[in-house]
Amino acid sequence: MEGAKEDGPAGCGAMENSAEHPRQQDHLIRDGDFVVLKREDVFKAVQVQRRKKVTFEKQWFFLDNVIGHSYGTTFEVSSGGNLQPKKMMEEITSDMSCFSETKEAGIDNRNIVDDGKSQKLTQDDIKALKDKGIKGEEIVQQLIENSTTFRDKTEFAQDKYIKKKKKKYEAIITVVKPSTRILSIMYYAREPGKINYMRYDTLAQMLTLGNIHAGNKMIVMETCAGLVLGAVMERMGGFGSIIQMYPGGGPVRAATTCFGFPKSFFNSLYEFPLGKVNSLLNGTFSSQALPSESKDSISVEENNGTLLDDLQTSPKEREENIVEVIENNHPPQETMEVISQEPEYKEHKERGNKKDYIQEFQRKQEQQKKRQIEAAALLNERNADGLIIASRYHPTPLALSLLEFVAPSRPFVVYCHYKEPLVECYTKLRERGGVINLRLSETWLRNYQVLPDRSHPKLMMSGGGGYLLSGITVANDKQKSESCAVQLQKTEEPVAKKRKVQESDSTLEDLP
Amino acid sequence: MSFVEYEELIKEGDTAIIFLGHGSMFPVQVQRGAQTQTKYGVIRHSAHLIGQPFGSRVTCSKGGWVYVLHPTPELWTLNLPHRTQILYSTDISIITMMLELKPGSIVCESGTGSGSLSHAIIRTVAPTGHLHTVEFHQQRAQKAEEEFREHRVDRWVTVRNQDVCKNGFGVSHVADAVFLDIPSPWEAIGHAKDALKVEGGRLCSFSPCIEQVQRTCQALAEHGFIEITTLEILLREYNVRTANLPLPDLGGALDPLPVLGEAQFKIGVPLKETVGHTGYLTFASKSLF
Repeated sequence: MEGAKEDGPAGCGAMENSAEHPRQQDHLIRDGDFVVLKREDVFKAVQVQRRKKVTFEKQWFFLDNVIGHSYGTTFEVSSGGNLQPKKMMEEITSDMSCFSETKEAGIDNRNIVDDGKSQKLTQDDIKALKDKGIKGEEIVQQLIENSTTFRDKTEFAQDKYIKKKKKKYEAIITVVKPSTRILSIMYYAREPGKINYMRYDTLAQMLTLGNIHAGNKMIVMETCAGLVLGAVMERMGGFGSIIQMYPGGGPVRAATTCFGFPKSFFNSLYEFPLGKVNSLLNGTFSSQALPSESKDSISVEENNGTLLDDLQTSPKEREENIVEVIENNHPPQETMEVISQEPEYKEHKERGNKKDYIQEFQRKQEQQKKRQIEAAALLNERNADGLIIASRYHPTPLALSLLEFVAPSRPFVVYCHYKEPLVECYTKLRERGGVINLRLSETWLRNYQVLPDRSHPKLMMSGGGGYLLSGITVANDKQKSESCAVQLQKTEEPVAKKRKVQESDSTLEDLP
Repeated sequence: MSFVEYEELIKEGDTAIIFLGHGSMFPVQVQRGAQTQTKYGVIRHSAHLIGQPFGSRVTCSKGGWVYVLHPTPELWTLNLPHRTQILYSTDISIITMMLELKPGSIVCESGTGSGSLSHAIIRTVAPTGHLHTVEFHQQRAQKAEEEFREHRVDRWVTVRNQDVCKNGFGVSHVADAVFLDIPSPWEAIGHAKDALKVEGGRLCSFSPCIEQVQRTCQALAEHGFIEITTLEILLREYNVRTANLPLPDLGGALDPLPVLGEAQFKIGVPLKETVGHTGYLTFASKSLF
């Protein structure tokens, strides 16, 4: 983020962070950065702020000490909520323990009896150790020494025991840089309802099938908290333009905020209300004064970044939020102080000067109107390089109308949590024409545990990741396109390439 | 045309994809005066292709027609001349995301093989990134280099003809990501670590056999890589069909349903046969210490 205070111990030079000039010290965590906390396989996105209490995995701490360290640094939570940087070696050795020297161990469990008395330490003893502020690894050591059965367990069982105890007593947190990989995994685990249950491998397919790359002019229609938008922005690296279609009062970009994109990325990001698509298509669009919408969209803008707080709510609350979102398509209104991307905003809030605020509001409204006219012009060229749809609405009407804005020979991808609406969408697109190579697909993901003599699949993920309908636009013959009927004269041209092509029964994919 | 930038009109020297329907297609090099034969008749490049917009319908001599498409890495993957086994877009997608590739990324790859993944990487890291790809088979390395030139992406890629297990990637401490698709990836982990930036980076190794994965994971742990995860991704494709289920005759009059004789509905049916396994993907991060 620009304008963030430079006060890390390493004292990095205040360079502007833009697509063309990456910061020299880009790998150092700075105050105001959007980061992701990681513990084992659990992620949480937060913004670094001094003296801000953060709750993560049943622990609370302050992030002050992470400033100035490299991304990827591991910290341990000490008493009083301070984070102490930790050398990685210990984590590596724990990963390596399965490859390390042999210890005293049993061969099988024939003599191990579960009498509930194998652990000599009582609950109170353990609590006392914890209250003394003794390091987690030492508690684990104590537990092992006081376990009568530990030495009889097989080597594998010992490893498993240590891993389990470490997870419980050692609070190790790594601070990592946000990316599509991390945020899409985080959202699928924590807030799947907010992203329409789109699994991260499905998102990966969309980005590839859509040929998302720098320089594209993309149309994105999503109700995935701005995660899909952020993923597209990351792949475009600030080159090209994106027009985001939004329902209701304004686009939700809570997840987009978590990426911490430089400001320059937002210069070519436009938004256009779904409610005006039909008028744009039939030529009656005029940018008459925006209705009371703009009021909403300001509140939405202020709420960008709510995820940071959203993720702190309890699971029950979260569920209610999701229901709420589904009911009124607005992000749940949170009233936590979030540093807005625009400093003038915060100033107004702090000063509470009403007159200024009203002026500011009108300026915003004017600006929004201008942007909407620009977006309309971009759409009207009908030469977009691709279309991505991932929303909680029925995909068919969206695909049918938004494809009108896409140039021929461009890929499009439609996501849906269910297969049936895509079956219908497929049928309707066939009727419409102007699309080829339609494919209805789904991916399955399987994770593996890989350890010497203990390798096997971990868990099967399936069914919940969503479905995709993809295809390529072509000139629509149904719109009486001038077919390039060329006078066929017998020319003396040499035959450059003779190709044998597989038999296929009809001229164009007509289904039986 | 270029593989990293869309263009509206077809011009000489372009690679275009001729689409015949039912997913059957083939690539052509557009050349003035050249002809391409299809089962629908002949395509004359000068008349039918050059100057026409991509995505247009071309009516061939026998009255049939085909579409001509702008090349993309995904279409190239389906149409490239195989010199080796190749990676398909399903695996490529997850590799691209899990390696955190984006414009500006510096990537090391080995082996280049048929260039299926290479084209996808170049597309993603352009215009400010670069791909260093290593192929120990001299002919394959040359052929790949030729293709990159033909597709006008040679600015973003350097091909090196050497053995990655012995000599590494030819660069050190510059890469954001490393990808390995070789028979013995565990022998290249040290070189991969050396190629990655000092402040860390991502690694991926693709292997068909679990024994290769085991050795790779062990080598990764020994070299201090963290976040080691192995996964497999499978594609399920569906055909959209209209299905008919005849209604049983339960003896007439008592049937509450209006007797249609049959019930019709649209369905997505899984393909009869599909790819069951391509390979395991092992990902890891280079740690700071």
